[in-house]
Amino acid sequence: MSGYAISIETQELTKVYARGNEAVTSVDKVSLRINKGDFVSIIGPSGSGKTTLINLLGCLDNPTSGELCLGDRPIFGKGNNLSERDLTKIRRETFGYIFQNFYLIPTLTVIENVMLPLTFYRKPGTENEPLRLLKLLGMEQRKDHLPAQISGGEMQRVAIARAMVNMPEILLADEPTGNLDTKRSVEIVRVLKELNQTAGLTIIMVTHNNDLAQYADGLFEMRDGRSYEITEKAAGIGSAGAAQINI
Amino acid sequence: MITNFQVAYKNLLRKKVRTLLTIIGIALSSWVLVSLLGFNRGYERALNKDIDNMGFQLMIMAKGCPYEAATMMLKGGTGLKYMNKSLIEDVDRQPEVEKTTPILMSAVFDPNKGESGGIAGYFGVEPVSFAAMKTFLSFRQGGWFTDPNAYEVVMGYEAAELEQREVGDMILMPEKNVEFRVVGILNRTGTQDDGTIFAPLGTLQKIFDRPHEITTIGIKVKKGADSAKLEAKLYKLPDVQIVSLQQVKDTIMKLISTAKVMVLSIAVIAILIAMVGVINTILTSVWERMQEIGILKTIGAMPWDIFRLIWTETLILCITGGILGVVFALLLARLTDILIRGVLPYAPGGGLVLIDLRLVLTTLVSIIVIGLFSGIYPAWKAGRIRPLEAIRGDSGR
Repeated sequence: MSGYAISIETQELTKVYARGNEAVTSVDKVSLRINKGDFVSIIGPSGSGKTTLINLLGCLDNPTSGELCLGDRPIFGKGNNLSERDLTKIRRETFGYIFQNFYLIPTLTVIENVMLPLTFYRKPGTENEPLRLLKLLGMEQRKDHLPAQISGGEMQRVAIARAMVNMPEILLADEPTGNLDTKRSVEIVRVLKELNQTAGLTIIMVTHNNDLAQYADGLFEMRDGRSYEITEKAAGIGSAGAAQINI
Repeated sequence: MITNFQVAYKNLLRKKVRTLLTIIGIALSSWVLVSLLGFNRGYERALNKDIDNMGFQLMIMAKGCPYEAATMMLKGGTGLKYMNKSLIEDVDRQPEVEKTTPILMSAVFDPNKGESGGIAGYFGVEPVSFAAMKTFLSFRQGGWFTDPNAYEVVMGYEAAELEQREVGDMILMPEKNVEFRVVGILNRTGTQDDGTIFAPLGTLQKIFDRPHEITTIGIKVKKGADSAKLEAKLYKLPDVQIVSLQQVKDTIMKLISTAKVMVLSIAVIAILIAMVGVINTILTSVWERMQEIGILKTIGAMPWDIFRLIWTETLILCITGGILGVVFALLLARLTDILIRGVLPYAPGGGLVLIDLRLVLTTLVSIIVIGLFSGIYPAWKAGRIRPLEAIRGDSGR
């Protein structure tokens, strides 16, 4: 990893869901550290807790116990319980989110979708960001199209531009290629890699595709709610023997 | 940059038929509201005009139901009572009286009027005193009668139009089979005079075999004179009743107020139905867009931003519907007038529905305020949606 200042740090982060009368531990005492400018992948089989983890890291969900800090700022734990309003502020100032299903607003054009976050919150210097990002992502010619008029890969590019428009510090991507074919999946991950390298953006990507995970600088594998940092990713992703337990 | 309004507007376009139906519901409520409020004002104005245009403030009539008599005087009818014309001299002697005019009101059944016949009203008048009382009357053609006992008539504007008569034409009085020559046609006054046929008093007395008898004495009171004192003195005259037109007006307004309460109740119900429609539309739209609202929250929307967005959608619906309703009301005021006339016991002449800028603004403000209230619950619900639950689609409703 890059060894920059800390971006996200967790200590024994745990999330327990109630399923009927049964308590299900989705994230189990995960402790990890992601530095600024890192591109990290979280891999693992379905139901291993990777989406829950990324939601906790992105302050979209509250942990049952444990600690989460953004830089020096404690968000969860250490006697700190932020309100939904404070969490919204943190989310919009710090994070950009990309989802498997894109979630573009169907009635708004490509450029309007990208501009949408600025309607609610605008960091200084973001006036020209929508067009600049669409140019960067090769979507400038499609800016006046509606989402229904563009392909899945293009929709995800628009979603990336929307996530980037307020210049976030951390980009969270939950299965960003889940609805795309292999060619488009590689394109999207390359775009993310480029953003990471050129803009120094911290990226945390959840994927079940081990090949795509190779583009990241660091890998975490989730199994049964627990996280394992894999140091030798080329030696065998998903192999418990090659993984180093980080807790 | 895209504004809150643009996002709200485009959201509404997503389900065009639903949006349109909701707007129509609001427009109908707005139409009913503006028309009924317009009626409240228009009716009173029209009644005032009718009464002012009678030219006199008091009427003396033979004893009977004073209000029925007054209504007959205003609208026409049968079952009249008579008094001696000499009574007018006693009235003229009163110092408070400025002018008087005798009237013999008569009614005949005209089989050619309407689908199954109707009453044709003939007023026997003395042109000099009657014209002095009603100074606003002017002639489109011709003038008053040439002789107090001539078989001549002056026709109100609408009566002449209905009978298709010009000056010089003859007109037959049904039942009596008497022919009159039309010597004058009045300009439109917007009062009951428009539908009346005026004949010389002496001629009508002769035709109806009522020599020296009249139905009404119209009295104009001197400026500044004590009208109540005059009324008290006139009550001492034998077998007569005094009708103050202010009393008539008050009584008619009292009768109409019951109808007003009913129609206003209907308006309130219509508005409540529209309100429920708005709440339903917006709430359905919120449920349908649950994931989108969750996404809006993840990309930075605060609860208030979502509240404002949903509220803006409600406002767009209400303002559009409100304006459409006002336009309908303005365009269809005449139709409303005809419909209301059909159900009222007495409808004065002129427009019954008076819609002015103040009323339009009052209605629009009311509709907007109602819209704002309707939007509070769906907007509040949307504002409270937790982003992750909404994206997962398991947000509790």
